[in-house]
Amino acid sequence: MQVKLKRTGSTLIVQMMGELDHHAVDAMREKIDVKLLHEDIKNILFDFQGVNFMDSSGLGMILGRYKIVSAKGGKVLACSLNPRVRRIFELAGLENKIPVFSSKQDALAGA
Amino acid sequence: MDNYMRLEIPSKSQNEAFARVVVAAFAAQVDPTIDEISDVKTAVSEAVTNAVIHGYENGPGTIVIAATLEGSRLEVTIIDYGVGIADIEKAREPLYTSKPELERSGMGFTIMENFMDSCHVVSEPGKGTTVTLVKTFSRADDTEA
Repeated sequence: MQVKLKRTGSTLIVQMMGELDHHAVDAMREKIDVKLLHEDIKNILFDFQGVNFMDSSGLGMILGRYKIVSAKGGKVLACSLNPRVRRIFELAGLENKIPVFSSKQDALAGA
Repeated sequence: MDNYMRLEIPSKSQNEAFARVVVAAFAAQVDPTIDEISDVKTAVSEAVTNAVIHGYENGPGTIVIAATLEGSRLEVTIIDYGVGIADIEKAREPLYTSKPELERSGMGFTIMENFMDSCHVVSEPGKGTTVTLVKTFSRADDTEA
């Protein structure tokens, strides 16, 4: 799993490549939380363009970031989910909390 | 085509991907659809992750993954010899987790149940947990390739 963090205004874009499982989220969580702690970030956009696998560990990591960001009035967004990832989002009812967009551009316009 | 496999791995998070890929490769020989293979990969990942996080609480231990193919029917058994589950019914409830501090979503068993035809759990506190996942593939045929 490769993770790239970029900033656009007050939104942190988390660009993921690979498989989002328990092993991957442990490393990634720390990387994101360091940014949240030291930089003035309001929203997080998880870009799933390069994600070909996600299980419930990915859900847990995203919900954890949602708790941190929403406590400070920010939003967590997600974009470019493949149908598999989308099914897991739906199963967990995540879309009530985390708006899903078809592209990064649409998501950034909504942030 | 009848076949079986058995895999024994130490309880390490990097083995979660290995285990799910091995079972997917084993199941692939009866020509399931890509979606069916993805269902199996996700369900196996959930069961192995449970063994690592809950069964062995991120400590050392051995996980056994055994699978059989009988015609188009895949049965996968994931065994750990860890702490066990005191209340299986509670553990299976959607969104319930015994480890909220680890940011677990509580969706593991829900995913296993939804992505497989059946998910059977046997557990004894202090002895370990055995999860049996079954899926019959729609497109598979029984003839030798």
